[in-house]
Amino acid sequence: MITVKELTKKYARNTAVDNISFEVRKGQIVGFLGPNGAGKTTTMRVLTCFLPPTSGSAAVAGFDVLEQPLEVKRRIGYLPESPPLYPEMATTEYLTFVGQLKGLSGADLRKRVDAVCDRCAIADVKTKLLGRLSKGYRQRVGLAQAIIHNPAVLILDEPTAGLDPKQINETRELIRKLGGDHTIILSTHILSEVEQTCEQAIIINKGKLVATDSVHNLQNRARGAESVLVEVAGRNGAVDSATVQQRLAQISGVTVVHIKEKRDSRAIFEVETRKGGLVRGDLARAVVESGWDLNELRPAARSLEEVFLQLVGDESQAGGAAASGQKQ
Amino acid sequence: MRNVWIILRNELRRYFVSPVAYVLLTGFGAFFALVFWNALGFFVNRGMEMQLSGQSFPISVNEEIIRPMLSTAGFVGLFAIPLITMRLFAEEKRSGTIELLATSPVRDAEIIIGKWLAAMTVYGSILLFPALDFAFLFRYGSPDWKPIVIGYIGLMLQAGALLAIGTFISTLSRNQIIAAFVTFVACLSLWILDWPAGYETATWARVLSYMSVRVHFESFTKGVLDSKDAIYYVTLIFLGLFFTSRSMESLRWRS
Repeated sequence: MITVKELTKKYARNTAVDNISFEVRKGQIVGFLGPNGAGKTTTMRVLTCFLPPTSGSAAVAGFDVLEQPLEVKRRIGYLPESPPLYPEMATTEYLTFVGQLKGLSGADLRKRVDAVCDRCAIADVKTKLLGRLSKGYRQRVGLAQAIIHNPAVLILDEPTAGLDPKQINETRELIRKLGGDHTIILSTHILSEVEQTCEQAIIINKGKLVATDSVHNLQNRARGAESVLVEVAGRNGAVDSATVQQRLAQISGVTVVHIKEKRDSRAIFEVETRKGGLVRGDLARAVVESGWDLNELRPAARSLEEVFLQLVGDESQAGGAAASGQKQ
Repeated sequence: MRNVWIILRNELRRYFVSPVAYVLLTGFGAFFALVFWNALGFFVNRGMEMQLSGQSFPISVNEEIIRPMLSTAGFVGLFAIPLITMRLFAEEKRSGTIELLATSPVRDAEIIIGKWLAAMTVYGSILLFPALDFAFLFRYGSPDWKPIVIGYIGLMLQAGALLAIGTFISTLSRNQIIAAFVTFVACLSLWILDWPAGYETATWARVLSYMSVRVHFESFTKGVLDSKDAIYYVTLIFLGLFFTSRSMESLRWRS
């Protein structure tokens, strides 16, 4: 549905997007992930024909953004970072105008306005002026505006930014529901959002593609090892973390022991083990037998967040060698 | 064409739900009433003087009232036009709604023409006030209507040119006050380009004078429709709108 090939976008002084390529299949929800200033918005603006690419190409539903922009625009619903609302217009008035811009008219248009009002839960503010709406409502009117013409592709730039937790959940739910019949790209710098809503993630950093893979694969992408968190407390008030670290490191199967956190009477260690090395029993025994208390022993869950930080970190250390996730 | 109409209607709605249009209409309505009242005062006074001195030259309502009113209306445009065009693009750029327009299946030209026509309509509605004043002249006298129609054509052509320039300037800034002020200076400069011709007969002065919007307006106030003047204004409209479309395009390349 969306094909981006060697896309580069340069501004006067910097390169916002540097030679990225990816593809999105029909009906997928893709999370576009990266720290602020990574080039997410720029890429989305190229896809919506707002900005032309410097080099490379982007195509939506087989239409090139430079050659047939009108065809691309007809198939795209776009929610920019700040919803493009006219504060002096009422909700239905605004949605009617956007619907007309997208080529709807007559009874069809009225039906769509009602439908998106219901779908985005803004039916209760239909006659209110947009300038008077709360941030959550404004965002939802923005979303309604993007789906008014039932576009094949939805491009949402930080759809949950600035919403309260309840609204965030509602918006994510809405996006998940839209996923069936629309292809969706949503950008975010919140990782849990991708974990919850998306099937596929595209991670970019400093304009370069860092990884594209399914969210499931990314979560499973560990460092080829397992790690366990161990919290140890001294029985008489204090614990000598260096001694504990030494003791834990002696256990067979353990590769590295990091001190993660240290307070007066207890310390948390991250123990990395070789893959398949079942050392939790040994760890527990070693701690107890040395006369310390074992407060907690749990596997360190590798969240998308850690994978992300690792990828983004590697990227900046390696000086820009793009590692594609497809390899794994 | 349909898209031009959609943009035009939306612009007009936004002019008329915001106070902008009403403030302009009220202000200029009162101003034209004042001008008309004065012109009428002079006219009546002059007529009585002539009768007293025994002269029987008929004095013309067209010459004494309508023509100065049309000239004044043209001059007043200098102040109204920046206020009308300042928001056209500057506001959309600031609020981000330009992204909605630019990513909708609508051509740049349709957006520009729609907005320009909306500005023309607002200016045209200001011109209804002198028309209302002229209606009184028809009620109590019988002025010649042709110069009025031609004068109005001239006013709309002149305003069209200046509004096109204002539309272009509005794409250059996201600050409405800057857009308004630069438009004002630009319109005023075009207005006074004929001044050097008053003391200088060199070619450059004549060229400058030819480029002045005021010089071309004069024939219209006399009730003469000169194609040379009409072409001048149409060219200016075309240039202004063309620069607007270039500017919108460059917005995309630079932003």
